[in-house]
Amino acid sequence: MYVTVKGGEQAIDAAHAWLAEERRGDVSVPELSVAQIAEQLGRAVDRAMSEGSLYDRDLAALAIKQSQGDLIEAAFLLRAYRTTLPRFAHSLPIDTASMRAERRISAIYKDLPGGQILGPTYDYTHRLLDFTLAAGGTPPPVASAEPDGEALPRVPDILGQEGLLEPDEGSDATPGDLTREPLLFPAPRDVRLQALARGDEGFLLALGYSTQRGYGGTHPFAGEIRMGEVSVEIEPAELGFAIDIGDIVVTECQMVNQFKGSKTVPAQFTRGYGLVFGFSERKAMAMALVDRAMRAGELGEDVTAPAQDIEFVLYHSDNIEATGFTEHLKLPHYVDFQSELQNVRRMRRAAE
Amino acid sequence: MTEGYNFAYLDEQTKRMIRRALLKAVAIPGHQVPFGSREMPLPYGWGTGGIQVTASVLGPDDVLKVIDQGADDTTNAVSIRRFFAKTAGVATTTHTAEATVIQTRHRIPEKALRDDQIIVYQVPQPEPLFRLESSRVETRRMHGLADYGLMHVKLYEDVARFGQISIAYDYPVMVNGRYLMSPSPIPAFDNPKMDRMPALQLFGAGREKRIYAIPPWTDVRSLDFDDHPFRAINALEPCGLCGATDAYLDEVVTDDKGGRLFVCSDTDHCAERRDAGHVGKDGVP
Amino acid sequence: MTAPLTAGFADPVLDSQRCFRSVLDGMARPGRIHTVSGVIPPAPLCSAAAAVLLTLADHETPLWAHADFAPARGWIAFHCGVPDAADPARAVFALSMGLPDLAGFNPGTHEAPETSATVIVQLPSLTGGAPLRLRGPGLRDSVLLAPIGLPADFVIVWRRNRGLFPAGIDLILCAGEELAALPRTVAIEEA
Repeated sequence: MYVTVKGGEQAIDAAHAWLAEERRGDVSVPELSVAQIAEQLGRAVDRAMSEGSLYDRDLAALAIKQSQGDLIEAAFLLRAYRTTLPRFAHSLPIDTASMRAERRISAIYKDLPGGQILGPTYDYTHRLLDFTLAAGGTPPPVASAEPDGEALPRVPDILGQEGLLEPDEGSDATPGDLTREPLLFPAPRDVRLQALARGDEGFLLALGYSTQRGYGGTHPFAGEIRMGEVSVEIEPAELGFAIDIGDIVVTECQMVNQFKGSKTVPAQFTRGYGLVFGFSERKAMAMALVDRAMRAGELGEDVTAPAQDIEFVLYHSDNIEATGFTEHLKLPHYVDFQSELQNVRRMRRAAE
Repeated sequence: MTEGYNFAYLDEQTKRMIRRALLKAVAIPGHQVPFGSREMPLPYGWGTGGIQVTASVLGPDDVLKVIDQGADDTTNAVSIRRFFAKTAGVATTTHTAEATVIQTRHRIPEKALRDDQIIVYQVPQPEPLFRLESSRVETRRMHGLADYGLMHVKLYEDVARFGQISIAYDYPVMVNGRYLMSPSPIPAFDNPKMDRMPALQLFGAGREKRIYAIPPWTDVRSLDFDDHPFRAINALEPCGLCGATDAYLDEVVTDDKGGRLFVCSDTDHCAERRDAGHVGKDGVP
Repeated sequence: MTAPLTAGFADPVLDSQRCFRSVLDGMARPGRIHTVSGVIPPAPLCSAAAAVLLTLADHETPLWAHADFAPARGWIAFHCGVPDAADPARAVFALSMGLPDLAGFNPGTHEAPETSATVIVQLPSLTGGAPLRLRGPGLRDSVLLAPIGLPADFVIVWRRNRGLFPAGIDLILCAGEELAALPRTVAIEEA
């Protein structure tokens, strides 16, 4: 006799209880606090905020704790939370020219106004496991100095003075918002940039890399990368002037790309732009490469490579969508599989 | 009900947006209406589209049934039913006849649906042409022109190669003689139930951000050829538990020696028949 | 214009859900009449049309309203926050006393027929007029609807609209507390 399986409900409860126990791990080891994660796993927090589209270090740290450090899961938790939040106001565009930069480098000038600022980078660390970290302890004190207050003009603005770089067309139009409206084509650059800023770091990294290997070459130079704090301002209609509501840390990358010109446009340099929450140079650079690659069509270049295919990039850059659909294959599909089984059996009978 | 969230989870602004999309979907049977799908607390691919549609139609007087693979007790069905019991406090049921709203993944219940019921399908891929043309810009153009030659060629090639159409589930349909539509991954066995169904059929694809609908009593034709008419496929034997011969059956592997048992995929249908005294060859009276 | 604003839905969440189900069922079953009560809008807006607006319209849906509804504009703006569509072609919803010139509204395109306008047509009554026979998706056979206040050539106007399919305008007819819908798919003839 066969008895159908029941008990999905108990199974789910049991799974959740087991997960909670696993998450905590060995209780003789002190529990991680959200503050520890926010302070000491900063790059993970940055990534969860960026892909979760929500700038809140404490919530991101909580999400990382809840997800056992699975950063896509953490970003998912943040996304699901942010959709329920009411919108009080829209910020004015942030002004990265007045960033309190902790890092600012340009690969296309030896020196420039404001100077090169190396900042807290892994770039020149030798990748040797540091066993003193395993032992714990406080790092030696760092020499500090007052900011010299020197302005840090953006490299594209310097290049632009000579007319060598395509102008950055300003716009007062309300930017699109993928979190409220479906993606439709042709997708304007504001929507594309939003998708990239929320996009999966690994996906953008691979796509950006592919452009460097000849799949839609963009001849990039890292015009400038800067990371640091910028002010967020809103302008309430009843006030009529902007007020500062706080600071966020962002990484901005301006790629400068060779462009030979076309029938209508003279030879000049073109832009690829990357901007992400937190310290995430890798993603900002990859984003700038992919942004420029996706502009191939509008600049009259051949669209041949994956990174240049706007529809392909935008439909596959979101890791919350991608992970959901990839992982949904583990849900039961036995009804469809059964229909395929019967189908294959029928076709084999017909062939015999 | 869960504190801190609106009735049925979605905020009212979101519901209005989805409701407007639903009305247009009903007015243009089979046409995929883009909508501002929200990020739900369940993963994409797990019914977020169906959940958003259900959340937008559901009221306190509704009785909700959720099935996955035809069963009320599969884990994802349990999870979604719990979500609505928690966020909307609605009554739930496993009985098809008692439900006013049925959310489903991959099946249509065996019991004929009535004119006072709504069935909400979870749709992973709303675009019926996606295997033939990957660009949604292109497929949208094709729907606009009702240019479905690609699909007819694909079916014709099936017939030429295999002697029959080889699609077993998510078998494309023409709605009201105009729109080519994905019925969602239901087995082709279920396709005929969609034709002139008295209940309103709503489809939600969360990740792909599309909603579509079939009004009651609307013609839904499975694509075929005169000399190769559409045929629903099913197992060749009756349900082992209730003896049903006209229900869609799951195949259960009972041992490692080729033992097989075929049982109704619609668990409510099977239980109801057994309660009424029907016994299959593997069942107990 | 200085009269105090009357209330909208008593329970905005549940009342709009109930009203939506009526409109959804109406759109799914052309000609079926639903009663929507509970709203007391300022004249000349009828309560069914008011309920439909409260349920569906908001700051994302520009509304074109017939000049006759001027006394109710403040109420609609306050409760729905809808922007004015001075140009009917930009309207997502339109509110009209009797049938307006449908040609002025956006019928959508073949690729995006869902962008078409929905016109809320306020009439004296949904019953007691010359019967119209409706057929199409949503209807098992044909049904009759006999509204009062549609123009004599409505069947011809409608045939033109239906000929635009998949583009086309959808109508929600409202009278007092009653509503019925005519989606673009429905075929209408004089009975």
